[in-house]
Amino acid sequence: MNRREFLRYALWAGSGALLSIGTRGWAARITESLAANRRLIVVFMRGAVDGLNVVVPYADEHYYQARPSIAIPKSGQEGGVRDLDGYFGLHPALAPILPLWQNHTLAFVHASGSPDPNRSHFEAQAYMETGAPGDSTVSSGWMNRLLGALPGAHTPTEALSLGNALPLILTGANPVSNLPLGRNAGHAMPMDRSRVAQAYAALYQGDTPVAQAFHQGLQARGELMGDLQQEMVNSANGAPNAIGFANDTQRLANLMQRDASIRLAFLSVGGWDTHVGEGAVEGQLANHLQALAQGLATLSQGLGNLYQDSVILVMSEFGRTMRENGNAGTDHGHGNVMWLLGGQVNGGKVYGEWPGLADSQLYENRDLAVTTDFRQVISSVLSRHLRLPDTGLAKVFPDGLGATVNLSAMLKA
Amino acid sequence: MAAVITASKHRLWLSVLVAVVLCILSAAASASTDAQALHVLNRLAFGPAPGDVQRVASVGVEQYIQQQLHPDSISLPAELRQQLEALDTLQLSPTQLFDAYGPKRDADGAKLTPADRKALRQHAKVILQQAIEARLLRAIQSPRQLQEVMTAFWFNHFNVFAGKGLDYLWIGSYEATAIRPYALGHFHDLLMATAESPAMLFYLDNWLNTQPGAPRAKGRFQGINENYAREVMELHTLGVNGGYTQNDVTTLAHILTGWGLCPPRGIFSRPGGFCFDPQRHDSDSQVFLGSTIAGGGQQEIQQALDLLAYSPITARHLSYELTQYFVADDPPPALVDRLTHTWMQSDGDITAVLEELFESPEFWSAKYRGNKFKTPYEYVISMARASGLHMTKVQAQSKILAGMLARLGMPLYACATPDGYKNIQEVWLNPDAMMMRLSFAAFMGSGNTRLDTGDMDAHTRVTQLLDTLPGLLTATQLASINSQPQALRAGLILGSPQFQYR
Repeated sequence: MNRREFLRYALWAGSGALLSIGTRGWAARITESLAANRRLIVVFMRGAVDGLNVVVPYADEHYYQARPSIAIPKSGQEGGVRDLDGYFGLHPALAPILPLWQNHTLAFVHASGSPDPNRSHFEAQAYMETGAPGDSTVSSGWMNRLLGALPGAHTPTEALSLGNALPLILTGANPVSNLPLGRNAGHAMPMDRSRVAQAYAALYQGDTPVAQAFHQGLQARGELMGDLQQEMVNSANGAPNAIGFANDTQRLANLMQRDASIRLAFLSVGGWDTHVGEGAVEGQLANHLQALAQGLATLSQGLGNLYQDSVILVMSEFGRTMRENGNAGTDHGHGNVMWLLGGQVNGGKVYGEWPGLADSQLYENRDLAVTTDFRQVISSVLSRHLRLPDTGLAKVFPDGLGATVNLSAMLKA
Repeated sequence: MAAVITASKHRLWLSVLVAVVLCILSAAASASTDAQALHVLNRLAFGPAPGDVQRVASVGVEQYIQQQLHPDSISLPAELRQQLEALDTLQLSPTQLFDAYGPKRDADGAKLTPADRKALRQHAKVILQQAIEARLLRAIQSPRQLQEVMTAFWFNHFNVFAGKGLDYLWIGSYEATAIRPYALGHFHDLLMATAESPAMLFYLDNWLNTQPGAPRAKGRFQGINENYAREVMELHTLGVNGGYTQNDVTTLAHILTGWGLCPPRGIFSRPGGFCFDPQRHDSDSQVFLGSTIAGGGQQEIQQALDLLAYSPITARHLSYELTQYFVADDPPPALVDRLTHTWMQSDGDITAVLEELFESPEFWSAKYRGNKFKTPYEYVISMARASGLHMTKVQAQSKILAGMLARLGMPLYACATPDGYKNIQEVWLNPDAMMMRLSFAAFMGSGNTRLDTGDMDAHTRVTQLLDTLPGLLTATQLASINSQPQALRAGLILGSPQFQYR
């Protein structure tokens, strides 16, 4: 344990006083050994998915009245929802993840979302990524701050983002790594040559922001390229992957299998902004949901034993209008549904308080209301699954957690 | 005799001393002139090309700024003009683009097969490709650098995404007709040009925006779509905390009903592609941002957009953005105040506001010099310029540069969200990006034949780069670079910490 780790433990244990390390350090290590295997994967659906067509309140007539052309038929009818609990049903395109519901590792929190009324994609995404809705002064991402608050050994590969650029949710003071997707992922580049890297290193001395980024980048790049080359050798022996998103999740699963240091991962998936021609049982939304479901099913299988120790959180910036618009689509709304998958989830249940869909029950007479703040959902994952103490939670969510709701049953202890 | 000799010795000493002092003074003066020239080239241009610092120093920094503020005073080199004219899709109007490259039905009026549609889409890729080539050609080689800086700035401000629906048709025409001509003009004209452009009408869905129950409310034109109404206030004019309400958004959406695209090949078709359809418009009077707007059709829209364009809240929002781009990520409030004042006094004359900005003590303050972390776009373009990249193989070179931008997370014309790309360090500086940037710097500095940086030998390349960027590196860094193999040196200069900033 180096000095920084030591300080981290002391801080983590709720005290800045180094003397208390004797007893509290012991407690910290016990919890750490349990939590060290725990992993969190966040999948962000950018563009605001229509949650009412994902987990469909098919027992509510208001739903069918408001959506003459885009509603999903009731359970039991042709192309109908797959019943979940007699009130809610799953969009039929999500059939690939139905087995996870049946084995109780898939749950939903309906009518969840941001307390902020903003209906702009990027503002709302930014607020969900900073974890500080309505507060434009917070500029780092909550997953980045989570890294700083987690106990255990830290490496730049502890948090991994898949995608072409680093997302806000992982932006901040703690080093993270980023891998592009697709064909480019495994290409060697000049910085992979040690001669080149060393020549640059001589120019990047000191502790300026660019120098820090440089050295963290060099370290992470070295580790991940090693992992990736092995992964690509392995996967070439296997069957070809499903298209699109499933390719990405397969790669993530393989990397996490190979590299135990990856504890947090993030990826995003787009195409949910269905203003026009949303479709119902088939169509635009159905196609995207199917690809997503296949990707999540691939991920859950690909993680193997790690799935038992993982939580996969699927979220989107806001929901869409309850009533369909003039273009057989839906506009920007408010409340939505969050998804949780993984061995630590008490699944097979739709959590959250259902506000109803009557006109008077809608938010601003147009959208599903938010009864569960998204920070309540995330914070229960962080505290119960990753064992983050309250002091850590305060760092991750500096503006608090919103109105308290009881979600203690949602995760295994 | 001895006294005479001593006296003349003294004179000699004195004159040597004077010469030395003068020499030091003039070296210091030229270092500070170079530094000023480098500063304006970093901010008003995409960094210096070979010879630029010396040219700006000789005409004088003030004169350079004046020329850049008035791009018509600078002629485009004949070669560049010819290269731009060869990009034929950029010479077509939106309606011509739709006719030549848009979705079609076959001669019998039946829909095309998926295979035919795919072939058509493939055929239309040339539009985006040419838009990218034109943008890179101008950014790297146009002497009207400030116009290009402002074109990129305003494009991000009024962002349109080539990947949304029909916007692949109009992306190049949008920049060429709605952005660049107004980049140093009046904000009101810029706002109107974007509001009437098919690219924006399509991107933010206003072409669909229809008063329910209006005579021509049918098919896909049946309801209110408030997407543009929201973004025009939140992003284009007032800003996110601009004091408007959801009610104002809905009201503006009603005012904007019928403001859309001409029906293809219909009797209303116009080259610009923009048409107002009174038969889909809500002509009730509205109260918008506290002002009453009497019903009556297209003039309602003009009136509402005027309110937004000339609002003091818009003036402040844009003054903040300009200061953030040209001075510091965290803009000095006093300068924002002064620019807001100038903006209001000049009715949003962008040139007047920029002139004030470039003369401000904040712009010249050592505190803010070289403190803007380059976006991937600024980094790649500035590397190309400093390397003296001559765009002789436009297609191949553009492909490489556009690929770099995509890998750095800033693909051209492909920002999906309407807020455009940010220009602050927090967004772009991260470990992975540094690895990527320096790899591209090594590639660019290696004199790679694919990029065709000319047939200079490595030694000449390094010498030219150091002349192009005087005073950029410290003596320690120079020594370190000189201890490396010749082939790596240019890449090290381009990848140095200082070159990450402008």
